[in-house]
Amino acid sequence: MHELAVTESLLNTACDYAINNNAQRVISLNITIGDLSNIIGDSVQFYWDIISEKTICEKSTLVFNKLPAKFICQSCGEEFKINGELLPCPVCQSMDLRTIQGDEFLLESIVIEKDLEKYNE
Amino acid sequence: MSKKTIPIIKKIMSANDQIAEENLKFLSSKNILTVNVMASPGAGKTSLILRTIENLSNQYKIAVIEGDTAPVTIDSDKISNLNIPVIQINTGGECHLDALMVRNGLEQLDLSNIDLLIIENVGNLVCPAAFRLGEHFSIVIASIPEGDDKPYKYPNIYRGIQSLILNKTDLLPYIDFNIDYFKQGIEALNPGAAFFLLSCKTGDGFDKWTDWLKTKIQEMK
Repeated sequence: MHELAVTESLLNTACDYAINNNAQRVISLNITIGDLSNIIGDSVQFYWDIISEKTICEKSTLVFNKLPAKFICQSCGEEFKINGELLPCPVCQSMDLRTIQGDEFLLESIVIEKDLEKYNE
Repeated sequence: MSKKTIPIIKKIMSANDQIAEENLKFLSSKNILTVNVMASPGAGKTSLILRTIENLSNQYKIAVIEGDTAPVTIDSDKISNLNIPVIQINTGGECHLDALMVRNGLEQLDLSNIDLLIIENVGNLVCPAAFRLGEHFSIVIASIPEGDDKPYKYPNIYRGIQSLILNKTDLLPYIDFNIDYFKQGIEALNPGAAFFLLSCKTGDGFDKWTDWLKTKIQEMK
């Protein structure tokens, strides 16, 4: 539901980097989404296709790298992933857990196209 | 033409986070403890805020920012009836408040001598969690009828809070709700979060919450 605001933020960041790097256009964006981040990739994609029109990012591809939620058990040290439902430690059944992965929502990199002759780099 | 990969590694929410940080600095400089209240619709956000005002307004000066998706002033009217400065922010259909909306709200509020600013977020558990506002801490209000298994079924929406309030304990005789089980799930997701069991209707357990809040206000002085 809140993905429009999030996608606008993504577009602003990508455009800034593309322009600062003298890009002709943006080909793709590599995005990491943690399972606990409350961001739905399909929704981001939906808004992206609309709001990136007539920008340097138009027709670029969003590549999502999804990170599962990962916990560490404070009782036995076991690290384990969950798929949706929060479960006790699979080794010792403790619920004394800490999150170690899953909150991420990052723009890792963009792939741009550059005019070689124009910028000679 | 050539292809080139530009490494970025930037939090996509950083634009919002930056404004939130500015809000936080501003509020801290004025010693105003700021609390972001989140909950699903009907869990008791406005009831909690009203009762908190009743309990604390003789000791502290309180202001409220009300987030609503539509220009309906039911909640903000209840608060202004208590002679509390209140600003309503209409999100225009957006499901959450963001840091910029709060900054605009702060500009309209008379914050002189305010000790406590309560921000009532839009009634929604999923979206508000992604947007920091500039609060010193955020709380989620859950309620007995919602069921004790919710932190397990929806771990992503009970994350990143400093306090959880479990409201409507007056309904415990009528609903099967294992408080320890619920609390364990919250603790796993938010280590060290303060947990309060109360009823906004009867006032049971309310003092523990306001005592804790008073300590937090004093820490800002």
